[in-house]
Amino acid sequence: MTLILSEEQELLKDSAKSFVDDQWQLNQLRANRASPKTGTIDTGLWQQMVELGWAAIPFPEEFGGLGLGYAELGIVMEESGRKLLISPLLSSVVLSGSTIELAGNNDQKAEHLPKICDGSGLYAMAYQETSRHEPENVHAALTKSEGGYQLNGHKQLVINGGSANHLVVVCRSSGDAGDRDGLSLVLVDSKAAGVSIANNLLLDSTPSANITFRDVTISPEDILGEIGNAAEVLDEVYARAAIALSADMLGGIQSAFDMTLEYLKVREQFGAKIGTFQGLKHRAGRWFCEVELSRAIVLKALRSIDSGSGDLARVSSACKARCTATYQLSGKEGIQMHGGIGVTDEHDIGLYFKRARVTEILLGDASFHTDQFATASNY
Amino acid sequence: MSDLETFRQEARSWLKENCPASCQGDDNILPDILWGGRRQKIDEPDVQLWMDRLVAQGWTIPGWPKEYGGGGLSAEESKVLAEEMSAIKTHSPLYSFGISMLGPALLEYATEEQKREHLPKIASGEIRWCQGYSEPSSGSDLASLQCKAVKDGDDYVVTGQKVWTSTADVSDWIFCLVRTDPDAPKHEGISFLLIDMESEGVTARPIVLLSGASPFCETFFDGVRVPVANRIFEENKGWSVAKALLLHERTMLAGGPGRAPVSDERRTLLEVARDSMNAPTGPLPDKAVRAEIAQTEMDQMCYAATLQKVQDAAKAGKGMGPEGSMFKLYLSELGQRSADLRQRLNGADGLIWEGDEFHPEAKETTREWLYSRASTILGGTSEIQLNIITKRVLGLPE
Repeated sequence: MTLILSEEQELLKDSAKSFVDDQWQLNQLRANRASPKTGTIDTGLWQQMVELGWAAIPFPEEFGGLGLGYAELGIVMEESGRKLLISPLLSSVVLSGSTIELAGNNDQKAEHLPKICDGSGLYAMAYQETSRHEPENVHAALTKSEGGYQLNGHKQLVINGGSANHLVVVCRSSGDAGDRDGLSLVLVDSKAAGVSIANNLLLDSTPSANITFRDVTISPEDILGEIGNAAEVLDEVYARAAIALSADMLGGIQSAFDMTLEYLKVREQFGAKIGTFQGLKHRAGRWFCEVELSRAIVLKALRSIDSGSGDLARVSSACKARCTATYQLSGKEGIQMHGGIGVTDEHDIGLYFKRARVTEILLGDASFHTDQFATASNY
Repeated sequence: MSDLETFRQEARSWLKENCPASCQGDDNILPDILWGGRRQKIDEPDVQLWMDRLVAQGWTIPGWPKEYGGGGLSAEESKVLAEEMSAIKTHSPLYSFGISMLGPALLEYATEEQKREHLPKIASGEIRWCQGYSEPSSGSDLASLQCKAVKDGDDYVVTGQKVWTSTADVSDWIFCLVRTDPDAPKHEGISFLLIDMESEGVTARPIVLLSGASPFCETFFDGVRVPVANRIFEENKGWSVAKALLLHERTMLAGGPGRAPVSDERRTLLEVARDSMNAPTGPLPDKAVRAEIAQTEMDQMCYAATLQKVQDAAKAGKGMGPEGSMFKLYLSELGQRSADLRQRLNGADGLIWEGDEFHPEAKETTREWLYSRASTILGGTSEIQLNIITKRVLGLPE
């Protein structure tokens, strides 16, 4: 495992960077707030990303994928995160795609993965039920009914839930909330009877949904993996997602840092560039160290997915915890060092501060991951 | 067979013939580090034999040119040799400031004659070196140093005081920064001198730290005559040599390439915590301490990844530049945090300075914790590292 980019990866990075710079403006985030289609995504932009092959990166070629890995997917996630681009990369490709790839049978993979890869299907994953990320705290009930199953429950923070035509739902087929046993995975058509979707716009303009399932009929073909036994697959899915999200966060972290560093070099007060003041300079130096540490652990974590590391739980938690802390630092220091302009809606730095909070809560904050790291280390 | 494979075979058979059985394997009798020097005594005949053979082969510093006592190996060959040594669990125990700091600076700045005089004695461990940089009034502002060297015929006459001269009381020679032009701007009046510690007028005295006895000394020069031939590089251009050497020092302090292996047979942080909470298995009962330990371990994982990334970049032909400051800054602070936690977890035992009845590790842990406060000061304070990072890496204005 080497923690530097190969030549091919550098090329991918360059092309991803130009695409994002050409096709996406940070202003889009402001425009989204006023959009009547609150809570949905720009499918035109996503189709272009799909055409570049981004949605197909981590999947096997036999299912329409490019047969690459998370090292590559992480590159496009970092580049889109750099400009806070809104896309279904996390919800459709990483969360839903990984779940189907890891839990699905051959027929299910053959039906759904090509749709994710070619963009003809948009997938979202409904897993969270409470205010915190608690993977086993699942109440949504999967019960037997005539000829199949029924799903009842309520989910929140379903990223891109309002745009998705397929939902991957984490539910419980036995046991009580908090149990590891009894977790199941089902695929639900978002237009199915009994599915009601309430769209929300998150504070960073990410579309999210709360979804209620009332007596939704689930056919046996739409159960992913062994019923009641989804915990291990979910461990892997959440670890991958936390790492991929960290790559997106890294892009934002780097941007906020670069933007602020530039400001320190041009802004003048007391007749001097403010970057000459040690009170700011040394904080920038410490911030830089945090950015470098975050970059290294993201590179390592992405490659740990690809190599099938047995230490993925610890690595992913170290990665998400570190990036969460660094993104928080970046948002706060970014605003503080920009001074008054930093707290206006007009300046971009505040957009990074907002994204930092959303990505912090998604898939577990630093405290969750510190706890998970300790648990995975057997203490 | 590739050249490298041929070399591997040669190295393997050389080791087989030359490395005494007692100096390899899990129970080998080799010390982690032998610092060399005239005062060094090796009691074990096998260790002496192994050292003699390594020196004859030039493999105490395999990467230096043969004419200076090295092995003349390429970076790849040195790596192969290290792999072969590690495969039979042996190593070259010689390690010193001569190897890690002075040697690389001499290779870059010394005359041919100076290299031939000094480098082989570093490689053989005959001479142990110490560093004379800081002065009582010149700490972070190193370039303001006042220890003066006045030319008198073929000699300089050196008068002044150096401080934090690690191991000066047991070293043979000292490399020193001295002021040769008091009227020039501070960076432009400094020269780099090599001084024999046995010269008339040199005195070294150990310094006692918070942690007790320490390797640090203060060293006094009272009209010491030093041949002009012992000056490295041009007169008044010593700051260039000093800077190059400081870079090597930071690399060393950051645990970069070339660091000798140090074994740590103490309990892990977690084991200390388990003992202190009487919780041999299961989740640690004190959740806040549990989180602190996890944080420390996650930080260590991130640091290791950062170090690996830079080493991978170096292998791909991109060297480590001022980023060395970042490693020194982060590693020293991480070490402090972890030494602090470890000492705290020793609780009541950790408070005992001397006594009969306490955990055998507590005494050492407490001294290490006190000593760790020095790690963010020596080799350039954290604040100086931040000055370097923000100037050289971030390009912030001064």
